Amino acid sequence: MLSDTARSKKDVTFTIVSNRLIAKNVYELSLEGDTSSFTAPGQFCNIALQGFYLRRPISVCSYGENSLTLIYKTVGQGTKYLAGLGSGEQLSILTGLGNGFDVSRCGEKTLVVGGGVGVPPMYGLAQALKAAGRQVHALLGWNTADEVFYAEKFAELGVPVTVCTADGSVGVKGFVTDALGELDYDCVCACGPEPMLRALYNATECDGQYSFEERMACGFGACMGCTCATKYGSKRICRDGPVLFRDEIVF
Amino acid sequence: MSNIADNRLAVELCGLKLDNPVIPASGTFGFGAEHAQYYDINILGSFVFKGTTEQPRFGNPTPRIAECYSGMLNSVGLQNPGIDAVISEELPHIAKLYKKPVIANVGGFSVGEYVRCCEKLDACEQVGIIEVNVSCPNVHEGGMAFGTSREAVAEVTRAVRQVTKKPIFIKLSPNVTDIVCLAKACGDEGADGISLINTLLGMRIDLARRKPILANKMGGFSGPAVLPVAVRMVYQVYEAVSIPIMGMGGVSCARDVIEFMMAGAQAVQVGAENLRDPLACKRIIEELPAVMDELRIERLEDIIGAAHQ
Repeated sequence: MLSDTARSKKDVTFTIVSNRLIAKNVYELSLEGDTSSFTAPGQFCNIALQGFYLRRPISVCSYGENSLTLIYKTVGQGTKYLAGLGSGEQLSILTGLGNGFDVSRCGEKTLVVGGGVGVPPMYGLAQALKAAGRQVHALLGWNTADEVFYAEKFAELGVPVTVCTADGSVGVKGFVTDALGELDYDCVCACGPEPMLRALYNATECDGQYSFEERMACGFGACMGCTCATKYGSKRICRDGPVLFRDEIVF
Repeated sequence: MSNIADNRLAVELCGLKLDNPVIPASGTFGFGAEHAQYYDINILGSFVFKGTTEQPRFGNPTPRIAECYSGMLNSVGLQNPGIDAVISEELPHIAKLYKKPVIANVGGFSVGEYVRCCEKLDACEQVGIIEVNVSCPNVHEGGMAFGTSREAVAEVTRAVRQVTKKPIFIKLSPNVTDIVCLAKACGDEGADGISLINTLLGMRIDLARRKPILANKMGGFSGPAVLPVAVRMVYQVYEAVSIPIMGMGGVSCARDVIEFMMAGAQAVQVGAENLRDPLACKRIIEELPAVMDELRIERLEDIIGAAHQ
């Protein structure tokens, strides 16, 4: 672990390699730049956008030595602006934010569960679990078929995938919790809308790690904008999270 | 101590010799640890740590943050671990990161609470100045209520004056009709300085949900958009009182620092900018010499109140 005093965080200039639509209102942003501040899957970064006062926190899908892949949904003016940027353009990005998933505390048979734009960080986690020689099953949920992305990318990792859609247009009809019955796992790691996290928490009993979301300003622990209550006191989603262990979560 | 040993930037504040006038504002810099991950915070003139109350406070429900054009709203609500934990845990942490005197910021819900916090801080050697926040817009009782009534500001100032020999700055709210009258009351009751301004009370509405974005509905507006309001208040108060002013409100670059000093600020706090750019204060300190050259300013101390001549 890096100590608080270590100069471990950076504001990095990244160059856009590609920024492409991969599902309804969902873009895959490939970037080139210094990724040395990242230490775990499930961390996020905070992107400065010209004309917008606050940065946009976006979870990391995957990263390599000099490459970073982010997947985001256009939900407001900032992400719509981001979607308009093309290759060669540069972005100021705070990297290595948040704790991320702790692979060492995942089980032998981990179920990685993603809902909507909660799917991207689960891809990075699936990569890390496979690299650590663990069994992984991906359970991915969306509302409808045209929102689905990356299911094939999980499969390419050698990870079995179960896709659910609320309207049944592809895969299992229903929510991710409707597909739990036939799966074998000893640990749940999840990222998605809070109702999904809560349903999953209630439907399972095994150990798990859940990634949360909150409106934030700084993204690195200074403003106290994203505080949540846990069983062990208040935590900052941006710095002490976004990933919380099952035993500390208060819904 | 400073990496930038340029005495052109030095200013004196109530007997404290600051390497430069750049001071991160309370609530935008935690207790220093987060920004210390980005740069050596010893380059700062000083820093104001997170507003502290007598008891620990969870703060307000989330969402606590809303973006605005050229600024942001926050309704954090004085989340802090309480004065005893700040003194026993946070101050020793700060000592490892920052070797110069810091500025404590105290919030309260009663005169007695302000007094007890200041009494405890009086014994802390690391604390060079106590900033008394009578202007938090995000708590339902106390907070800003103290900062909007002349009598209440006078009473708090008088009471804390009696329990500490450390310099006291009263941080005032801009949400008042007559800032000069309040600043004068602080001066009359023995304050050593005035901090101007806290955030402006604001609101934004989520159009899809048809509800205020903030769970607390209203919050404090900060960022570059508030700079003209802050500069105006520093200018007015400088004319009316003889004690030093720490100016703040929307500072994002070296030119803004100089503008506040010309209006009458002895030192300048940087707030929201620390949240969008963790390296903001470092950048501002590094920008200052070149901007001073361009404006033919030899020493920053020479321009304090220059706009009044």
